Amino acid sequence: MSKHDEALFRFTPAAKTGLAIAAAISLYGVSFGALAVASGLTLGQTVALSALMFTGGSQFAFIGVVATGGAAASAFGGATLLSLRNTIYAVQLKALLNPRGVKKLAAAQLTIDETMATSTVQETAAEQRRGFWITGIACYLGWNIATVIGALLGDFIAEPEALGLDGAVVAAFLGLLWPRLRSREPWALAVVAALITVLIMPPVPAGVPVLVAAAVAVIWGLISARRDRDGGRLSGAEQHGARTRRRNAQ
Amino acid sequence: MSLWMWVLLACAAAYTTKIIGYLVPGSWLSHPVVMRISGTMTVALLAALVAMNTFSDGAGITFDARLGALVAAAAALALRAPFIVVVLTGAAAAAGLRLLGIP
Repeated sequence: MSKHDEALFRFTPAAKTGLAIAAAISLYGVSFGALAVASGLTLGQTVALSALMFTGGSQFAFIGVVATGGAAASAFGGATLLSLRNTIYAVQLKALLNPRGVKKLAAAQLTIDETMATSTVQETAAEQRRGFWITGIACYLGWNIATVIGALLGDFIAEPEALGLDGAVVAAFLGLLWPRLRSREPWALAVVAALITVLIMPPVPAGVPVLVAAAVAVIWGLISARRDRDGGRLSGAEQHGARTRRRNAQ
Repeated sequence: MSLWMWVLLACAAAYTTKIIGYLVPGSWLSHPVVMRISGTMTVALLAALVAMNTFSDGAGITFDARLGALVAAAAALALRAPFIVVVLTGAAAAAGLRLLGIP
């Protein structure tokens, strides 16, 4: 690979994907800024949430509790619960990118749904890095600028839903998942994970379903690793033999 | 405690959830089973994010224009449309269905 191919800021497929996602997400930032101020937060508090917390679901959860007059402690609890999935993303991203020093501290702040999704689906190390950093920086700038605009000017995007922004977010995550569904096994896993997520969404607090999906992934990975280890690339007869030998050994 | 304190505390907690994942020892991550799980994790997390963003409704689930966006996006992907076209298709489908009166 040449130096040119490894340059971080190049207009590659991963970069385009990241910028498209950042554009959709940033428009939501306007809604966040406007809603936060309407919930009773000051401009400073609103800006602090976007700049320092920088994880959209948690931010909306925090101001949602404040808006309904709930205790600040439960706003804190809801926001933190929703941020727990970022720990899983961070482990994934450490395995891919292994940032060090100051880069690690910056990478942590940029670890969100969008950066995990764009980075982990890329095929090469260079695209994984671009997917993470370009998506992260673009989302961070866009989200924070949009927050200030929304907080100062109010919600001129009266309803993000009327523009179909929520549909854009659904399409973006599906678009990232799609290329991974090349064989039957990932299809089955995706369907199981999605079904479980939908089924447990009503009874459990927001933030928990993604953690359960992660647990499904761990169990699935363990089972398929064991199956590969046991079966390997042996023929059916050899597999049968291996199974018998193991049974005998036990 | 003032609201400001809670804002800063929640921000610190969110950053903690993020940085903790990067402090996992690198040697754990090179284990073959962990690498296998990393692959299944990507698929399961993305599937969960698709499901959540399509059906979530405050405390429960709901079926609305976002489901139309999901179907339209899937159709665009099946036709091998580029990513940006897929995203715009999802937005157009949701916006269009709402114009027709679907919530």
